[in-house]
Amino acid sequence: MHLVDIRTSIFLTTTIRSFIFYDSKTVKQVDVPSFSGTFGILPKHVPTLAVLKPGVVTVFENDGSNQKIFVSSGTISINDDASVQVLAEEACPVDHIDLPAARDILNKAQSEFASATTEQAKAEAAIAIEVGEALVKASE
Amino acid sequence: MMFGGVRILGSQTSQQQIRGMATLKHISMRLKSVKNIQKITQSMKMVSAAKYTRAERDLKQARPYGEGAKLFYEKAEVAEVNEKPKKLIVAITSDRGLCGAVHSSVARIIRNELAEKADDVMIFCVGDKSRAILQRLYAKNIMGVANEIGRKPPTFLDASKVARWILESGYEFTSGKIVYNRFKSVVSYVNTDLPLFSLAAVSAAPKLNVYDSLDDEVLQSYIEYSMASLLFYTMKEGACSEQSSRMTAMDNASKNAGEMIDKLTLTFNRTRQAVITRELIEIISGAAALE
Repeated sequence: MHLVDIRTSIFLTTTIRSFIFYDSKTVKQVDVPSFSGTFGILPKHVPTLAVLKPGVVTVFENDGSNQKIFVSSGTISINDDASVQVLAEEACPVDHIDLPAARDILNKAQSEFASATTEQAKAEAAIAIEVGEALVKASE
Repeated sequence: MMFGGVRILGSQTSQQQIRGMATLKHISMRLKSVKNIQKITQSMKMVSAAKYTRAERDLKQARPYGEGAKLFYEKAEVAEVNEKPKKLIVAITSDRGLCGAVHSSVARIIRNELAEKADDVMIFCVGDKSRAILQRLYAKNIMGVANEIGRKPPTFLDASKVARWILESGYEFTSGKIVYNRFKSVVSYVNTDLPLFSLAAVSAAPKLNVYDSLDDEVLQSYIEYSMASLLFYTMKEGACSEQSSRMTAMDNASKNAGEMIDKLTLTFNRTRQAVITRELIEIISGAAALE
């Protein structure tokens, strides 16, 4: 497959320490998890907007290597000039995730969900579980 | 400048005729307090210099983030909807003063705008400083205030709290903007504004139909999240401008205090010499009278 002229810029930052993983860099393909399903972005993808789901963003670079980055939540926008922005609230490379710590987060979230009394606390715990599950899945 | 000091001294020497020692004491007290002020401003400068380096490092990371969040609105050519305008202005300042005109210039922009038309405009103040200035004239227009900002660097959580508060306030603005200071360099910043768009404005954008498979829910979440991102970015810009401006302000204050110390020391020495001379004259003339 011949892939040229794709401007895929990816910006990911975290709340405390911000990271920019990609800034106006040209890459081959990006796979992103969204609430409407995980999808791959190739050059000349139809412009769209989507909301990030906890999961792994995979970036296939021009030299054939790929990088996996875990993201918690955020947005994806694909514009008609083939530029892509992935903005995440929390992000880190997948190999930086500590599996036992991820399991801890999941367990804690599950117990919080069980003990939650209000609707809001329940919803918050449900989100934490979702992130925890995605973390464990990503690091396994 | 030197003459100004000497002239003040002149009026003091005429008082000194009555109570010379007291003036000397006054000057030394004044000298001491100015020295203390200089110590304070100097250490404040050091503190803000350290905070500034961190803020600048953070800003470097936050800038592409903000640019990314802004890009969609530019690409989709989102414009304000003009029927029944309801405006929202978010002022990005902090709780802390002593940093030049950073906060007052943000407040001034908003004040000028409100002076033209204050109906159907709501202001959200991030930081106590903008509230303090704006509430004198436009207390009715302030919908909310976020304080405890400025002590620590702003985080994404702070920004999302503000975004959430605004979205849950029930105020349905048709157009909005964030007024903040964009950091340029250590010595300069520019007052800038960044537009905020409502769902209605985005839905009416001429180029939105090129975007595929959009439903209102996705669009709504997207707008909410991007509002938090934009607030986060502008808060970082504001924090960096504030620290750099405080650094310059405190540097100037230390310099001014230094000048004052020099002048006061001179005055002090002159006065002391005058006192000694006068006493000598008294002794000598007293002795001469006895002969």
